[in-house]
Amino acid sequence: MSAMPAPVPPRVPLAELRDIQVSFGGVRAVDGVTVDVYPGEVVGLVGGNGAGKSTLIRTLSGARPPDSGQIRVSGQAVTIANPRDAKALGIETIYQTLALADNLDAPANVFLGRELTATGTLNDAAMESATRKVISRLNPNFKNFKMPVLRLSGGQRQAVAIARAIHFNARVLIMDEPTAALGPAETAQVHALVEQLKRDGIGIFLISHDIHDVFDLSDRISVMYHGKLVGTVKKEEITTDEVLGMIILGKPPTKLTAQELAELRSPAG
Amino acid sequence: MSGPPIPNAPTAEGRPAGSIASVFGPIGAALAPVRRTLSYLEVDTRLLGMVLALAVIWVSFDLVSGGTFLSPRNLWNLSVQSSSIAIMATGMVLVIVSRGIDLSVGSMLGFLGYTMAMTQAVWIPQALGLGFDRPYTWIIAVVVGVALGAVIGGLQGFVIAYGGVPSFIVTLGGLLVWRGLIFRYAQGQTIAPLDQNFQMLGGGTVGTRVGALGEWASWILGAVICVAIVYTLITGRRRRRRYGFPNRPLWAEAMLGLAGCAVALGVMWVANSYPLPINVALQYGQEHGITPPPGGLIIPTGLAFPVVIMLGVTVVMTFIASRRRFGRYVYAIGGNPEAAALAGINVRRTLMLTFSLMGALVALSAAVQTARLDAAVTNLGVQNELDVISAAVIGGTSFAGGIGTIPGAILGAVVMQSLRSGMVLLLVDSPTQDIVVGIVLVAAVGLDTALRRRTT
Repeated sequence: MSAMPAPVPPRVPLAELRDIQVSFGGVRAVDGVTVDVYPGEVVGLVGGNGAGKSTLIRTLSGARPPDSGQIRVSGQAVTIANPRDAKALGIETIYQTLALADNLDAPANVFLGRELTATGTLNDAAMESATRKVISRLNPNFKNFKMPVLRLSGGQRQAVAIARAIHFNARVLIMDEPTAALGPAETAQVHALVEQLKRDGIGIFLISHDIHDVFDLSDRISVMYHGKLVGTVKKEEITTDEVLGMIILGKPPTKLTAQELAELRSPAG
Repeated sequence: MSGPPIPNAPTAEGRPAGSIASVFGPIGAALAPVRRTLSYLEVDTRLLGMVLALAVIWVSFDLVSGGTFLSPRNLWNLSVQSSSIAIMATGMVLVIVSRGIDLSVGSMLGFLGYTMAMTQAVWIPQALGLGFDRPYTWIIAVVVGVALGAVIGGLQGFVIAYGGVPSFIVTLGGLLVWRGLIFRYAQGQTIAPLDQNFQMLGGGTVGTRVGALGEWASWILGAVICVAIVYTLITGRRRRRRYGFPNRPLWAEAMLGLAGCAVALGVMWVANSYPLPINVALQYGQEHGITPPPGGLIIPTGLAFPVVIMLGVTVVMTFIASRRRFGRYVYAIGGNPEAAALAGINVRRTLMLTFSLMGALVALSAAVQTARLDAAVTNLGVQNELDVISAAVIGGTSFAGGIGTIPGAILGAVVMQSLRSGMVLLLVDSPTQDIVVGIVLVAAVGLDTALRRRTT
């Protein structure tokens, strides 16, 4: 039998947003944007305030279905009408606001909407046990499993929000400003987690204001400007200055003039 | 009681004068051993504080009234009077926890009471020609009332949840609409008398029948509650052990079990210490061929049916609030509606069901109140919404949403009714009663807020 070269599987994006449009009133918050993420890849999504990053990503997490455009998961066109649909497809989101019910404890928040039950009643012991396991991966010092999350520190609250996203075997993870409220040690923990999730083959959309965060973690970077996609670039092929230029001026680096680049390097000049 | 010395015990001098802390500091130090015991017991200290407040109210009224307040007779009446408000307060807790309000419960109660009265006194016996006092009549009346309550509560909930109209407005409209409908259809008439079996729900007497459990059934119910408490403690312990979580020490567990049993059996003992009225007892004796002994015939009344209904509602509502997904969602929505929606919870449906549940509970209270009056009158339930909301709020329910417990609301209802009943015993006039209850309401919530700020 002759040795045949193993067929190379066609690379299919885990999640693909095609030509997405979202309008609020007459304003086009997201205007014909296309982005995608492959397994084991981090795609950074950057842009100024009001560029439409969060709105774009909310169409994938089911918080706000798009007005038009197509969403594909593993190559299949899907309809995501609400957060439940997204979760059923393995798309989990860590929101910038964390979206925690402050009056409930950590296990109740981790399992919110997906409670474990035994004979029709909530199985709090099982949920606490599972929560202890998943949170210990993120923060070994976490002890307050019976306390309303309102009384936890910013880092602990973040851990609860992240635990909720990773406990249910996500395939696609959306992280909206995951380190905005964190100190250096906690930020390092999140970075380690992202690396680990990448190795597990999860696709991650990372939204951040912090350009260094994005450069540290991302494989590709998609830049948005006033609701439109400026471009998607590979991290190795670009500098932070060029990305800044895309964010601030809304032009791909090839169209930036030398003068514009110089101004970016020395904003005072 | 002198506890071991406590390091860093705050003293009155060490605190800024005039602050709340300076008042609570020394008391707090003296209570430290108690607090340590409580932390082992893992009981809700807020609830315990309310029980203590209630004890103070009861003992004070008893001293001032010369022993009348804590007599079995007064406590029995107090239990019946509290039941109707307490039943509705359990539903109001969930409504307020989910950041809503229901101002329509008083009018709804009147409307549902009127409908149940018509069902048993007019529609079944006359319109359908089935006659009066059939054994099934009361059941049909209650089922019709509860179903209608769930429907009109759900209707209001639908407008609130799916129409986006604030619950304050929708139920304010309901307050006017349901009361208006009573006047329109009743034309000022009182519907009476009611079905004899139905009347038992109010805890009153019809001939020699009394709307209460009687001696033995009361003791049996007390024993069943004891067994249930012990069973709950044991299964909770087992479950925690299976997951390797720490348990309370055994002595703490035993103390909780004993305290629960003591309360359950104590309530039954008080209810059984209240004898039937003399003439009812005499008639009962004649019917059953009992010759009255020299001291007169003493037949224990037992726990009143309205209280039995209230206990049943408490158990079911506590179960719904803390052990079912629906209850968890109500609290999650109250804590953060947006987070609840992003977690995939059907927020609108949950809110609508909360108001529907409220309506069903109003129907139960309407049954108790009309049965007790043996009539449906047009002003039945007027201002009940204020008593129900007060009971929930005194019981620790927060208008900010997400916080409140069913047992707290029951206690709140008993506190309110104790104040009113005590003042009636002391011949305080009605306007003064209102003034006192109003001040207590505001003071209770103010104190609660201050204490909450200290602990969080």
